[in-house]
Amino acid sequence: MSANAAVSLPESPAPSAADCLRQLTRKDFQTDQEVRWCPGCGDYAILAQVQKVLAGLGRPRHQFVFVSGIGCSSRFPYYVNTYGFHGIHGRAPAIATGVKCANPELSVWVVTGDGDGLSIGTNHLIHALRRNVDLKILLFNNRIYGLTKGQYSPTSEFGKRTKSSPLGTIEQPINPVQTALAAQATFVARTIYADPGHLAQTLEAAARHRGAAFIEILQNCRIFNEGAFDPVADRARAEESRILLRDGQPLRFGKGGRFGLAIRDMEPVVVDLEAEPHRAAELIVHNVRSTSPALAALLAELEPPHFPTALGVFRQVERPTYEELLMRQIRDAVAKRGHPDLQALLQSGTTWVVE
Amino acid sequence: MNPGSSGKGQQLQELRQSTVRFAGDSGDGMQLVGSQFADLASLSGCAIRTIPDFPSEIRAPAGTLAGVSGYQLNFGGEEVLTPGDQPFVLVAMNPAALRVSLPELQPGGLIIVDTDEFTPENLAKAKYATNPLEDGSLEGYRVVPVAMTTLTEEATKPTGLPPSARARCKNFFALGMTLWLYDQPMQPLLEWLMRKFRKDPAVMAANAASLRAGYNFANTTELLRVHYRVAPGHLPPGRYRRVTGNEAMALGLIAAAHRAGRPLVYASYPITPASEILHELSARKEFDVRVIQCEDEIAAACAALGASFAGALGATGTSGPGLSLKTETLGLAVMTELPLVVVDVQRAGPSTGMPTKTEQADLLMALYGRHGEAPLPVLAPATPADCFPIAFEAIRLAIRYMTPVLVLSDGFLANSAEAFRIPDVNTLPDLRAEAPPPPPPGEFAPYRRDPKTLARPWVAPGTPGYEHRIGGLEKQDVTGLVTYDSENHRRMVELRARKVEGIAGDIPPATVDGPAQGELLVVGWGSTYGAIAAAVRQAQLEGHSVAHLHLRHLNPLPRNVESVLRGFRRVLVPENNTGQLATLLQSRFLLPVQSLPKVEGRPFLIRDIRNTIEELLRS
Repeated sequence: MSANAAVSLPESPAPSAADCLRQLTRKDFQTDQEVRWCPGCGDYAILAQVQKVLAGLGRPRHQFVFVSGIGCSSRFPYYVNTYGFHGIHGRAPAIATGVKCANPELSVWVVTGDGDGLSIGTNHLIHALRRNVDLKILLFNNRIYGLTKGQYSPTSEFGKRTKSSPLGTIEQPINPVQTALAAQATFVARTIYADPGHLAQTLEAAARHRGAAFIEILQNCRIFNEGAFDPVADRARAEESRILLRDGQPLRFGKGGRFGLAIRDMEPVVVDLEAEPHRAAELIVHNVRSTSPALAALLAELEPPHFPTALGVFRQVERPTYEELLMRQIRDAVAKRGHPDLQALLQSGTTWVVE
Repeated sequence: MNPGSSGKGQQLQELRQSTVRFAGDSGDGMQLVGSQFADLASLSGCAIRTIPDFPSEIRAPAGTLAGVSGYQLNFGGEEVLTPGDQPFVLVAMNPAALRVSLPELQPGGLIIVDTDEFTPENLAKAKYATNPLEDGSLEGYRVVPVAMTTLTEEATKPTGLPPSARARCKNFFALGMTLWLYDQPMQPLLEWLMRKFRKDPAVMAANAASLRAGYNFANTTELLRVHYRVAPGHLPPGRYRRVTGNEAMALGLIAAAHRAGRPLVYASYPITPASEILHELSARKEFDVRVIQCEDEIAAACAALGASFAGALGATGTSGPGLSLKTETLGLAVMTELPLVVVDVQRAGPSTGMPTKTEQADLLMALYGRHGEAPLPVLAPATPADCFPIAFEAIRLAIRYMTPVLVLSDGFLANSAEAFRIPDVNTLPDLRAEAPPPPPPGEFAPYRRDPKTLARPWVAPGTPGYEHRIGGLEKQDVTGLVTYDSENHRRMVELRARKVEGIAGDIPPATVDGPAQGELLVVGWGSTYGAIAAAVRQAQLEGHSVAHLHLRHLNPLPRNVESVLRGFRRVLVPENNTGQLATLLQSRFLLPVQSLPKVEGRPFLIRDIRNTIEELLRS
């Protein structure tokens, strides 16, 4: 190479015909590694849906990278037959940012948990979202520390008794969706392990979003926090316990959409449309593209017993991605200063010759 | 300006080297005139070595001791290896500058002062009870009192600028005097002023007038009858430029990435005294330098490592507190066996310590400061210009051995400048071949090592057929699968160590400056090079049996270090720490080593080492 040639990543061999042409299936994304989560763990359902969604994205396996931190959820990359990097506690968004900046063509996914992503790694999570690095961040929230065997996590409810809080926690839990909204994430959603259809749909929407996508996935830890999301997970009670966010639609839930959600005095209120049908016009109409994330933040806060839990896409807006802007500056610099000339760079400024 | 000027009863003396210090308030433009004088000295063929001394505070109150900004330049023949122990000339723009710099001035040295600034108010700010220009305390020095502000204002009147703007040109008045003093031409500076202030002709004219006025004043005043010509050095032929250590480090990283044909991803968090590397690289985007200013030091290391995983060259720069934060990521880099360069521009610690002051106390941390058995190569540049080849070497080793590499620079190297012989880029090694090509996909295993280097293959995401997973959990030999097998762990710990030890066969053997055997060997590493080299050469000239060994590779050490050490009756190790390399050499080779520690936040002076050498040789 001449010293002045443009710099680029080493050329990759062309994708094999098999990877390019064949419709991939979930099986293509399975590894030969024995999955080692506890029997009945909610992670199994998430893994299955992720593998299924990946197969349907029309991209070959070698273009995917899964990056994780530490915790039960962070074993995820070992089970997906793509490129994978099992990092250190809390740092997956930072590692993934480096991956994406090195090669913006890759589809980069981050798998994290409530401890990994919202305790030790909160800083990196917030900044990856704020920068709008095109990462798909899946935060498995089971409201407990599983791998370290049952201490309370930053999303554990106030007063929760665990091994490290025998008298109950004295900490206010952090709300993952609100945190992502506050960090100006361009895609924020919530789904639940127990509804494969909704899970797959949400994953796919995130995959197709251009920019930082954050999904809180409510997940059950069989061993240390069994039933944490039962009211939401229970299919029989789903109509009352979940409020599905649909862009452009009024927020309704309950059998036959009997109830709706309105705002009064800056507080959410449930409207019984059977009793007061004339109030249908008062219902909040969901708008994922709303300029302000305030309403989305309000929806993120709804929780049992007084409200259903909101699931779906809270917010989806467009903003240039970090790596796009980064590469644009590089292209602009080349356009302005010409192709890089290393010799000229070394000789810049005042120079002199010793004979 | 020309030797003829000596005709008016003036005397021109020849010097082999000389040290001058410009000191003033941080708003006085001392760094500017100092660096311009350094360039002029270079143009006349002299070797140069500079050191700035700027206040820690961003805007310290004007006229105070805390606000003094200094620029010291040593120039002359090839014996110029440090910024100079004692200035021969001090330009002091106010009382505070005089007070701060005087203790270092050579006895009998020349002091040029701006008397206009020696007001009762400024004297009080500098904690002078009486005016040193009048109380006899400067006896023993040659003092040239000049009403510099007034003279500058008068000389620049025709420019029409307001008096305050004109007075600001007094740094060029001082520079003009210095030019006469050292028999340097004005022309290159006048040309530089034309270029620099091409958009502001009035300011250009004022600075030029001030420069000329200073020169002419020095030429005519009765106070200065002697001026000096410093003999040029015998530098190797070539094209040169002035670089600081941080500049050279940034250039080295760019050059190496360029020669490796990969983008450089430099992820960093601002920290003194490493930030200039971040600034330099941020301004070089056309070289496909992808700079990420991260949220913290940990993220910076992680983003760099992630970039390396994805096939770019990941690098990060920091100082001591940041290195502490990066240690967990360094362990991950050791385990995942990915290339990564971490530059630690050391500063005085522990904790926040003295951020603007130099120290070399991170050596043992660099070597051992990680949990688990986590060996990695450690390099240290010897001089500011040496940061270029060291950065290049760090990237070469990182790629060839698939390992994180730590580079130990320091605050002294970072800010000190010297002449850098610009290499022909086509002679720089081609680093593309360093990473062995991976086998066909069917035979690929992420931890199947190259038999020669023990490096594992580097296959970036995006390459079809090579999908694989790596991480911080212990890896099964060859397959890279997660395993807790005890025998495998023992083997992997050993393999990782052997890989790094093997680098010793790929680096130059240690060579000494001086006899191969003798009375005393002075061993150094990093920025102590200049002071040790100068002290040892002085001792050699006096016929002493002394040699100098300077280590640029601290892990692994060159294979012949032990035999070199055993060739001498005594070993002296000067370090800007309490004896870390000394401890290392003693424990490794079980031989007595005399430590010469200096932990004052300042580099060694030649005489610090010289005195110890003499003491040792007497005893």
